[in-house]
Amino acid sequence: MRQVLYALCPGIVAYTWFFGTGILLQILLAAGFALLFESLMLKVRQQPVALFLNDWSAIVTAVLFALCLPPLAPWWIACVGMFFSIVIAKHLYGGLGHNVFNPAMVGYVVVLISFPQAMTQWLYPVSIAPTDIGFLDGLWTILSGQLPAGMTWDAITQATPLDTIRTSVASGHTIAEARQLETFGDLGGRGWEWISNGFAAGGIWLIWRRVISWQVPTAMIGSVILLGLAGYLLDPGSNPSPLQHVFSGAIVLGAFFIATDPVSGCTSPRGRLIFGAGVGILTLIIRRWGAYPDGVAFAVLVMNMAAPLIDRYTRPRIYGH
Amino acid sequence: MSFAIFSIPLLGTACGLGLGWAARRLRAETDPIVNRIDRLLPQTQCGQCNFTGCRPYAEAIAAGQAELNQCPPGGEAGIRALANLLGREPLPLNPENGLEKPAAVAVIDELACIGCTLCIEACPVDAILGATKQMHTVIAAECTGCELCLPPCPVDCIVMEVPQPAMDRRRRPGPALAAGGP
Amino acid sequence: MQDSAVELARNAGQRLFHFHGGLHLRHHKQACCQVALQAVAIPPRLYIPLMQHAGPEATPLVTIGAHVLKGEPVGRFDEPSIGYVHAPTSGTVTAIARQAITHPAGLEGLCVVLKPDGLDRWIQLQPIEHWQSVDPELIRQRICESGIVGLGGAVFPTSKKVEEARKSAIHTLILNGAECEPYISCDEMLMREQPDKVVLGALILQRAVAAEQVIIAIEDQMGEVFSALQTAVSKAECTHIRLVKLRTIYPEGGEKQLIQVLTGLEIPAGCRPPELGLLCHNVATAAAVAEAVTEGKPLVQRVVTVTGNGVKRPRNLLALIGTPISNLVDACGGYTQDAARLVLGGPMMGYALASDQNPVIKAANCILVLSSRDIQPDQAEMPCIRCGECARVCPALLLPQTLNWQIRNDLLDDASDSGLGECIECGCCDYVCPSHIPLVEWFRFGKSEHHLLALERARSDLARDRFLAREARLEQLKQDRERRLSEKKHALQDRPTVESGTTGQGPA
Repeated sequence: MRQVLYALCPGIVAYTWFFGTGILLQILLAAGFALLFESLMLKVRQQPVALFLNDWSAIVTAVLFALCLPPLAPWWIACVGMFFSIVIAKHLYGGLGHNVFNPAMVGYVVVLISFPQAMTQWLYPVSIAPTDIGFLDGLWTILSGQLPAGMTWDAITQATPLDTIRTSVASGHTIAEARQLETFGDLGGRGWEWISNGFAAGGIWLIWRRVISWQVPTAMIGSVILLGLAGYLLDPGSNPSPLQHVFSGAIVLGAFFIATDPVSGCTSPRGRLIFGAGVGILTLIIRRWGAYPDGVAFAVLVMNMAAPLIDRYTRPRIYGH
Repeated sequence: MSFAIFSIPLLGTACGLGLGWAARRLRAETDPIVNRIDRLLPQTQCGQCNFTGCRPYAEAIAAGQAELNQCPPGGEAGIRALANLLGREPLPLNPENGLEKPAAVAVIDELACIGCTLCIEACPVDAILGATKQMHTVIAAECTGCELCLPPCPVDCIVMEVPQPAMDRRRRPGPALAAGGP
Repeated sequence: MQDSAVELARNAGQRLFHFHGGLHLRHHKQACCQVALQAVAIPPRLYIPLMQHAGPEATPLVTIGAHVLKGEPVGRFDEPSIGYVHAPTSGTVTAIARQAITHPAGLEGLCVVLKPDGLDRWIQLQPIEHWQSVDPELIRQRICESGIVGLGGAVFPTSKKVEEARKSAIHTLILNGAECEPYISCDEMLMREQPDKVVLGALILQRAVAAEQVIIAIEDQMGEVFSALQTAVSKAECTHIRLVKLRTIYPEGGEKQLIQVLTGLEIPAGCRPPELGLLCHNVATAAAVAEAVTEGKPLVQRVVTVTGNGVKRPRNLLALIGTPISNLVDACGGYTQDAARLVLGGPMMGYALASDQNPVIKAANCILVLSSRDIQPDQAEMPCIRCGECARVCPALLLPQTLNWQIRNDLLDDASDSGLGECIECGCCDYVCPSHIPLVEWFRFGKSEHHLLALERARSDLARDRFLAREARLEQLKQDRERRLSEKKHALQDRPTVESGTTGQGPA
C-alpha cells in the first residue's frame, strides 16, 4: 500500500505546482479524518488497531479522495467524505478486503451529489490565475469555509476543461472554438496534462513493481481512446479527440489508481480487462450524455457492482479441465 | 408531472412482469429442497429429533415446522451445513434432543446373546445379522450408532464402542483464524 | 486418450514449453554440491518405521531378538504390489514399538529398532544376470521385492506404478532430474557421482515398461551434471536416451509441470501420464532400480541433503534408512549457534520436525536446518485483498483466493468444484501472498475435510438405502400377510356352514 502512495507523489507534486498548496491541505485533512474514523471503527469492531492502521490502506483512500476535491473545499467536505468512505463503504461491509465498492469513490460521489456548489469551485491554474491564493489564505479558506476579504468565488474559480467543453457544445460552439480558451493546454486542460503524466509515471512504476496488474489501465485507457476516436471521427465538433479525453479529468488517475483497487475490482485477468473497458466506456458515456462533466467515479461504482458477475464468468480454466 | 406519475408505475409493472416471467422460464433446475436437506442429515433414523426418521425431519424443516438444531448425530457440523443451505442462522444443538457424542458402533457380547431377534427387528438399517436361536452380530460398517437396539435387548448384551479412526481418517485441526476473521 | 494427444506426446523434449505461473527462487545449492558424497557411519541404533508412505503400515516379519542380515525384509505391506521394508544393516532386533515417526503430523507408528552388529553383512545377493532378455514381469517383481518407492518425495510404490503403466502403451520414459526446490541437491549429487547407475536404471526401467525412448530432464543450473550424464550415455552406447536441459523455475520438477514443459500437453483431469504414453520416474529411483536388478540390493539407503544456515558444514550424505537425523547433523559438523528449526524436505514443501531423533525414511530427501535469522517473524495474517498474485503464480491454474474463502466458510463442495483436488501444494501462492495467509495449510485442511465429508456422505447414503430397503421389505411382508388373510377369508366364505353336532365333534 505504501508503494501506491509513493507512486502518487509525482502527480501530487505536479498538482501543487499548477494549482497551489490547497491540495496538500486537503490531503492532510482527509488523511487525518481517515485515520480517526478507521481507529474508531476498528475499536468498535474489536480488531487490532495498530495492525490494520499499519497497512496504510486508509491513507491511500484518503489521498485518492482528496485528489478529487477542489483545492479550497471546506474542511467538512473531507470529513463527510471520509465518514462515508471509511465507516460506511469500508467497515460496515466487513473491513479491509471485504468492501464491495471503492471507498474513495463512494465518499467522493456522496459529497459531489450532496454539496454541488462546494465541489465545483475549481481554481485557475496558477500561471493564468487572476489572483494568487497563498498558503495561509488557502488554509484559512479551508478551515473557515469563507474566502479572505476581497476575494470572491467567481473571481478565482473557473470551470474545468471538461465543463467548458460541455457548456460550449451545449451552446452551439464547436470544440475547436472552445479549445482556444486559455484553460486548455496542448491536449487536455492546462496543467492537467502534466498532472496526468505524473500519475501515469507513477502508475507504470506500480505495474513494473507488480503492485497492480496491467490489464485494468490498458483496457480503460484503450477503450477511452477507441470510443473517443469513434466519436471524434463521427463529429469532431461536439466530441473531443481521444487524447483530449485521456488527459482531462481523472481518466489517468482512475486507470492506474482507482479502478485498480483489488478488493472491489475483478480478480481474473480477463475479468480485469472487461472491468477496465467497462469503466472507460461508461466514463465516456457519462461525459457525453450524462449530467456530470466527469464520469470516472460513477463508472467505477457501476462496474464494482458488476465485478462479482464478471469474475464468475471469466474464471480461468483449471489445469487438466 | 403527470408523465412521472404515469411512467413510474408503468415501469414498475413492466419490471415486475419481467421478473415473474424470468422466475418461471429461467428457473435453474435444482433438487427439491427436501431432498437437499435429507442429503445433509446423517440417516441414523434414531428419532432423537422427535420425528419418526430423517426424512420426516427433513420435510418438517422444509415446511418451517422444525428448527435446524434438533439432530444430535449430525452435530454442530450438520447444523452449520443446514444453515448454509437454507441461509438461516446456525443455532446451538438443542440439548432437549440429546448431546453430540463421538460416532460409535454397537457391539453385541456374543457370550451373553440369547438369539431373541428383538434387536434385529429394532435396527432401522438392518445392520444386525442373525436369526432365532442363532448368534446375532452387528455389521460394524453398516451400524449408524442410533442406539435403538439397546433398549429391546432382554439381557443388555449390547454396548456402544467408539472405534479408533484409521490413519487416513483422522480429523486434523485447521489453521488458526486470523485477526481480521474470514 | 485421444490419439492426437498421444502422438504429440511422442515429440516430448524436441522443444520446450512453458507452464503457467511458477516462481524464480534462489536455489542455495552451491555449498552442498562442492563437497563429495559421504556415507554416514552406522549409528548405534536404527529405527525403521513400518509406515514409509501413505496407506496402512507394513506388518512386521521379524520378532524381537531376531538376528537379521543387511537387506533382509523386516516388514511386508498387505497390498502385494507395494513390497517390503528391509533391514539397513545386519544386527539384532531389540524392539518393535510405537514411537514418534517422521510424519507431518508427528504421528506415532510402529518401528523396528535394530542394534547393528558392526559387520554390515548382506543377505545372499541375487542379481538378475541378463536383465536385457528376461521377462519384464521379473524386473517388476524384483522392484517390488526390493521395496523401491519414488525417491523424489512422493514415495509412491514403484512396482505399482510400473504395473499400472504396463496396461498402457508407454512410448517415452522420463527421468525426472529437475530438482526444483531450493536447497535440495541430493539428486544432483547422485547424477554427478553415479551417472552410470542412473543411466543403467533408465535402461532397466525402459525394458520393464517397454518404452521406445528415454528422456532425462535436468535443470540448466546443474552445470557438471549434464556432461557427466552425457559421458555415461555415450558409454552405455544407447541412441534412444536424450538429455534435456530445462529452465530453472519452481515447481518444474512436479510431474504434471514437467510433462507440460516437455510436451506442451496437460494431463486431463482424472487421467494419468501413462494414458498419454508417458511415464515419469525420479533419477534416484532409477539408480535404486539399477542396484536392485544388477546387484540384487534392496533399498536400504538414500542420498540426503543436510543444509541450511543452521548446520556448520552443509553437504550431501549417503544415509541408511532408520538413521536418526541427529547423526546426519553431526556428520555435517553439528548445529550452529543460532539453529532454530528442523525441516524435513525443502523450504516450499517441507514440514517441521519436533525432534532430531526422528529417523531417516525413504521420503527424506533433505534435512533443512533453519537459523533464527532465516525464520521470518510470525507475520500477522491480514485479510485477503483479492490482489490476484496467487492466481498469477499457480501452476495448476487455480484461484487460491477463491479456494481459501470457500474452505474457511465450509463450502467444501464448492471448493472441490473450484479445483481443490488439483492443487499440488507447491507453496507458490503462499510465497507471494501480501497478506501472509497460510494458503497451503488451508488447502491441506480443506482436502482432508472434504475427504472425510465424502466418507461420511457415503456412509449416510448407504444407511439411507438400507433403511429404505428395510421399509420396502416390511411393507412387502405386510402386504403379503394381508393378501393371505383376505384369500383365506374368501376361502372360508365359500365353505358351507355346518350345524353343530353333525360332525360328531360337538361340545362334549
